[in-house]
Amino acid sequence: MSAAELSVAEREVWRLLATVPDPEIPVLSIVDLGIVRYVRSAGDGRLHVGITPTYSGCPATAAIRSATRAALDDAGHRDALLEEVLSPPWTSDWVTPAGRAKLEAFGIAPPAAAAAGPASQPVRCPRCGSLSTERISEFGSTPCKAHYVCSACREPFDHFKCI
Amino acid sequence: MSTPAAVPARRDRALNDALFRYLLRLADTSLVLGQRLGEWIGHAPALEEDLGLANLALDLIGQARLLLTYAAEIEGQGRDEDALAYLRDAPEFLNLTLAEQPNGDFAHTIVRQWLIDAWQLELYEGLAGSADTRLAAIAAKALKETRYHYRFSSGWLVRLGDGTAESRARAQQAVDSLWRFTEELFTADEIDQRMAAAGIAPPLGAAAERFGARVAEDLTQATLTRPPQQPHPWHGKRGVHTEHLGHLLAEMQHLQRTYPGVRW
Repeated sequence: MSAAELSVAEREVWRLLATVPDPEIPVLSIVDLGIVRYVRSAGDGRLHVGITPTYSGCPATAAIRSATRAALDDAGHRDALLEEVLSPPWTSDWVTPAGRAKLEAFGIAPPAAAAAGPASQPVRCPRCGSLSTERISEFGSTPCKAHYVCSACREPFDHFKCI
Repeated sequence: MSTPAAVPARRDRALNDALFRYLLRLADTSLVLGQRLGEWIGHAPALEEDLGLANLALDLIGQARLLLTYAAEIEGQGRDEDALAYLRDAPEFLNLTLAEQPNGDFAHTIVRQWLIDAWQLELYEGLAGSADTRLAAIAAKALKETRYHYRFSSGWLVRLGDGTAESRARAQQAVDSLWRFTEELFTADEIDQRMAAAGIAPPLGAAAERFGARVAEDLTQATLTRPPQQPHPWHGKRGVHTEHLGHLLAEMQHLQRTYPGVRW
């Protein structure tokens, strides 16, 4: 396989992975979530796909692994290797700009820069856009979300945690 | 997994065995504490705290899985994470004695959590720079989660301590009752020393100092009093446990013990 053909195959796999949804937040693909670390060929001529877990205990990890495997198999990439990458650890900074826009449209306030630390910036209400919001709890319905309420429109909403 | 294991661990059998036991100490502390927190589900004083404690439990069990999987590989006896979690008896568990203490009231659970979070914060920070790259990767990931845990538990410690007369009395009572288990955290034995000498774990002394300063500051903020340090007879990390662990394991391991090898 030549380098040019390979890059075509790699691009194709990236496009394919962009159709695999996150099981907890299905508007996001695993590419939007920033957990696909690489798609590349190694000396063995096989495609290597690196995926990193979000939280150590996230129950979606196993579901994501099997959905990704199924998508690769269905597209004829049965010999592609799926690898778990622990280092560097996943950060919410890797959620793509497209992913952030999808989150907000879905009603989940997207994460701010993780380096700044939690609650260092005001969180904007995804419904009315007000910055006058209040944190109810750092823990929500999934490991990646915190629980907020908007002081302007009084609607509760989820905020994607900055980690 | 493409992550390479520590090279020295593969060479020296005694070091390998020490690493296995060290990994079990870390893993079992997280697993047992996670199981304890799970007992709160549906019983916490408010829905937000119910979710919070469940989230903490999930992270801790996830960290335990990563550590147990690695421990099983280091041991090389064909066991996996499930065999280590479900098919070992209490004397083979090497968790800190503090982790297995019963939930008690909410203040008790918070104080236990706060002490372990503060400790894991120092430990994982050091382990993130471990010469063992696999352990360093697990620790770097766990550290991010532990920061969230610590904010939760230290925030509640202050609210309870600096709260009503009732909440303050309960928080102080929990501190007084659990403080005796803290000495074990930073009493280094030959395994801790071996890990530190190999550059796998941070030396316990420096971590203990930072832990001490951190908890002292939190206690001041919570208007609580630090009990005197006492020599401890507790040796959970050497496999000698209080009676509570056996009961916890009986529940946690019940299904695998009753139906060996059962799967979803």
